[in-house]
Amino acid sequence: MSGGTLRNVLFGDAQADRVVPPSGFTARLTLFASGAMAFLAVFALALSLASGRLADRWASELARSATLRITAPEDQVAAQTAAALTILRQTPGVDRARALSAGEQAALLAPWFGPGLDLAALPVPQLIEVTEDEQGYDAAGLRLRLSAEVPGAVLDDHTRWRKPLVEAANSLRRLGWISILLIGGAMAAMISLAANAALAANAQVIEVLRLVGARDSYIAGAFVRRFTLRALIGSAVGIALGLGGVLLLPAASDEGGFLTGLGFRGLGWLWPLLIPLLGASVAFAATWAAARRRLTELS
Amino acid sequence: MIELDDVGYSYGGGELLSNVSVKLAPGSFHFLTGPSGAGKTTLLKLCYGALTPTSGAVRAFDADMRGFDRDQMAMLRRRIGVVHQDCRFLDHLPLADNIALPLIVSGRDMAQESANLRELMTWVGLTERADARPPELSGGERQRAALARAVILSPDVVLADEPTGNVDWEMSMRLLTLLVELNKMGKTVLIASHDLALIRAAKSQVQARVLRIANRRLQLAGADL
Repeated sequence: MSGGTLRNVLFGDAQADRVVPPSGFTARLTLFASGAMAFLAVFALALSLASGRLADRWASELARSATLRITAPEDQVAAQTAAALTILRQTPGVDRARALSAGEQAALLAPWFGPGLDLAALPVPQLIEVTEDEQGYDAAGLRLRLSAEVPGAVLDDHTRWRKPLVEAANSLRRLGWISILLIGGAMAAMISLAANAALAANAQVIEVLRLVGARDSYIAGAFVRRFTLRALIGSAVGIALGLGGVLLLPAASDEGGFLTGLGFRGLGWLWPLLIPLLGASVAFAATWAAARRRLTELS
Repeated sequence: MIELDDVGYSYGGGELLSNVSVKLAPGSFHFLTGPSGAGKTTLLKLCYGALTPTSGAVRAFDADMRGFDRDQMAMLRRRIGVVHQDCRFLDHLPLADNIALPLIVSGRDMAQESANLRELMTWVGLTERADARPPELSGGERQRAALARAVILSPDVVLADEPTGNVDWEMSMRLLTLLVELNKMGKTVLIASHDLALIRAAKSQVQARVLRIANRRLQLAGADL
């Protein structure tokens, strides 16, 4: 399609748009389909962005932390904890090492045992929170030294469960983007159907226009502009409703976890504004292809 | 201007036209006659590129139409005004817009063309019916409107397919007068008609050549016409 043709198709003129009769059900179908698809796209986008944030957070927060667990007879816990802290402070790559207080350990267990837990009544191991610096430490070497000097210490660098969590979040993000692609494809298919129906219903109009000297680009342009505008309006209504729905979702909280963090954040609120433009582009391409095909068939 | 050179046209396994050769010279006036189904409409359609000959060549304005793409065909149709027997209007548009349709699709500035449109509607006597929708028009009004639409771009050639087929004698004469006026303005006119009385009446107003299709071939009509 040449630049001039594209300009004619996109802008045309008011007279040109009148030559194609208004078509009832195809107009409603296009508006509804683009509105519904834009609504779904908003949620798919929100899911994708939230999953991305979660994956990034888990990856960065957990990657630089580890937990040292001291499981020892009650009278040796304090000594082994002190020994472990000494070793950790001497280990290159360890930025910070801190033994959790009884209160902090009780808080960790509160979701399962409830508040007011008396740790003295339970054989709970002592936990040490380890934070590594930029260079990181040699986990294998640290484990060897701990096994020699602090027999009750077990180092957990979170790798075992961090990796599947980050993978799960990344999968969710990919799923969101795939959903958006599928939504775009479904929208293109529906608009193609509507455009084909409108073109078929107007076969006689097309014949008359050709007889009086209309170029195919002129005829196609009249249909393309109409469907593109409808898709733009439908998508705009769809994202307005979708953003309203996202606003009504509960705000992000630690208690709610992932399910309460599904909204947009900061500049992320601008992403849905692209949906009507994408919807209109999809409608433009789908109607243009349908019109060219139909006009060739009618030749 | 338009030339058919040894043209043949077959449809559905049967040959409808065979070895047709004719030249429509600039400013000439032709009638095309013959019985119903003889191929008059087919020959007209070959002249404006709505059909492609199965043999031979059609040349319009010195160009072989076999090499035309769809854009070139659209340009050709702006130089050939066609009046169809069934008129073919867009029913959702008022009459004035239907007549102006060739101007609209060729991207003319309608504000500048409004005087031209008014003058043309006056010429065919339809000024009062400018806002009427095509289904509200009588047969004669539809034919006059179709003629106005055919000539609004001031084409070099006017082809009319049974323009008096659905109107009474008085209206037939009025339409004939309009077509003769166009010819006197220098337009080439070809009218397909089986109405011999109309052809005889025309010969008293204009020097017309009468062609007849018989047995798939085109020939000059005899002295009876």
